[in-house]
Amino acid sequence: MPTTTPLPPTSHESAPLSASLAPCRSSRFSPPLLAGGGSALLVGYLSLIVLIPIAALISHGLSISVATHGAGLAFWRWHVLIGLKTFWSAVTASGAKEAIVLSLWLSLSVAAINSIMGVAIAWVLVRDKFIGKGLIEASIDLPFALPTIVAGVLLLAIYGVDSPIHVDLFETWMGLMLALLFVTLPFSVRAVQPVLASLDLESEDAARTLGAGGVRTFFTVVFPSLWPAVLGGFGLAFARAIGEFGSISLIAGGVGRTTVASNYIYNLTQGFLWTNAAAVSTALLVLSLVVLITTNVLSSRYQKRTL
Amino acid sequence: MKDSHRWALRSVVLIYLGILVGLPVVFMVIKAFSHGFPAFWNEITQPDALSALKLSLEVAAIAVPINTAVGVGAAILIARHNFVGKRFLDVIFDVPVAVSPVIIGVALVLAYSRVGWFGAPLAHWGINVLFSPLGIVFATAAVSLPYVLRSIVPVLYELGMDQEHAARTLGAGRLRIFWSVTLPAIRWAVLYGVTLTIARTLGEFGAVLVVSGNISGKTQTLPIYIFDSWDQRFDTLGTYSGALVLALLSMVALAVLALLRRRERKLRVDLA
Repeated sequence: MPTTTPLPPTSHESAPLSASLAPCRSSRFSPPLLAGGGSALLVGYLSLIVLIPIAALISHGLSISVATHGAGLAFWRWHVLIGLKTFWSAVTASGAKEAIVLSLWLSLSVAAINSIMGVAIAWVLVRDKFIGKGLIEASIDLPFALPTIVAGVLLLAIYGVDSPIHVDLFETWMGLMLALLFVTLPFSVRAVQPVLASLDLESEDAARTLGAGGVRTFFTVVFPSLWPAVLGGFGLAFARAIGEFGSISLIAGGVGRTTVASNYIYNLTQGFLWTNAAAVSTALLVLSLVVLITTNVLSSRYQKRTL
Repeated sequence: MKDSHRWALRSVVLIYLGILVGLPVVFMVIKAFSHGFPAFWNEITQPDALSALKLSLEVAAIAVPINTAVGVGAAILIARHNFVGKRFLDVIFDVPVAVSPVIIGVALVLAYSRVGWFGAPLAHWGINVLFSPLGIVFATAAVSLPYVLRSIVPVLYELGMDQEHAARTLGAGRLRIFWSVTLPAIRWAVLYGVTLTIARTLGEFGAVLVVSGNISGKTQTLPIYIFDSWDQRFDTLGTYSGALVLALLSMVALAVLALLRRRERKLRVDLA
């Protein structure tokens, strides 16, 4: 915790001017708000709505109970083993395994399509000019702003059972994929767009003067600067897709072949199977966090190298 | 780039966005008004829909101020102090939005409901989190946690501490510095974060669905009402009408965000 005691005025006056003007990163100077009481409130609040629930989730998922407090080591070893067995059987139960596998491959393909289309859309937004480009710009932000359930209703309105264009994707993986592509649309575009805009055109012109074609120029000159952004967008889209629930809950219907992990967990809660729900949730939680951390580390490492 | 290539790429992008965004939006509006405006109006003013809207607004009225205060406080802590566990604090804020909202719902149930850790003692005090508006507040607050913080922290870093130091040297106390130096400088960023928080709060679905128990007229927020119209009551007009109302609410949020972004850019230019 930072010390919040104010500096005695004398020490400030006697300090050299340059020192007091330098951006102070030490905790001796403590700006506004958040004395000890504030920090305690903050920690309490975060515990209440994030830390305690997540701890409760994982402990239920691994069937770790604290009721056996005081038991010997042998008992604990047995206890943990039983817990892991329960966890594993919940995660590999029929239905659970399929749901997780479906989530995984859907998210991977959605993130991949999203990356490719993200580069294409960013390219059009940065390099192309035509009437109505503003509309495209706005339609990229739309999925960010819309609640996920509205995204679900949107897709249902056109790709549902009574589809006005006779494309019925209800209870199909294509429907799920469209929903996931919709909600992850901004990630890649918004990651790539600023990088593309900051590139100077000279090296591309040079490549072209030397006889490289459009495609060759893109892959040898442009893409090397783009790929960290593309990777970042891929990670974000994947993480979002693997946990997505609202937008797919309508078009998924109620059959097993379109039940993704989030949906499966929700179904378990409807049957009050909390231990199983906790186990699958724990697995999905770990998966999401691993993806997020990996992407973060990879893209920050690359940025460091280029700086 | 050759003109033909340019045209091809442009068409691919336009068709893709048309299939994914354009057509769905058009058809949802058409379906919401398929029985005329009176039918639409009738749908969105029926008691269950209105009470869902009211509950959504009430939950937002509780969760948004709390998360704003927490976000501002934590942002100052992160951008202005060094302490053990700073990275951890930073990560905690992102956890609720990095994982599936359903997981957040399950986690809350396993902590505070009768099947969870503190269910029995809480029930003893007459507090029931599962199937109650309190649970909805918890779930909503959790999933809208990081937005204010994430909007402010970069601005705080960019501002630097010179002005705060100056105020300090002139004898201002901590609270005085916050109200008359720090807060005015970050006010647009705070407002940006608040708008994001409101948008997320009004739209939250998965976490709320798990903790609320979906009791119509009592624990239905607007998103849950829309889901229920489709899933249980087979009231498609209700679904499309409700979704249109929720979409319009978020369009307002989107417009405010765009305005704030413009404002912020101007602000930066003025500073430079």
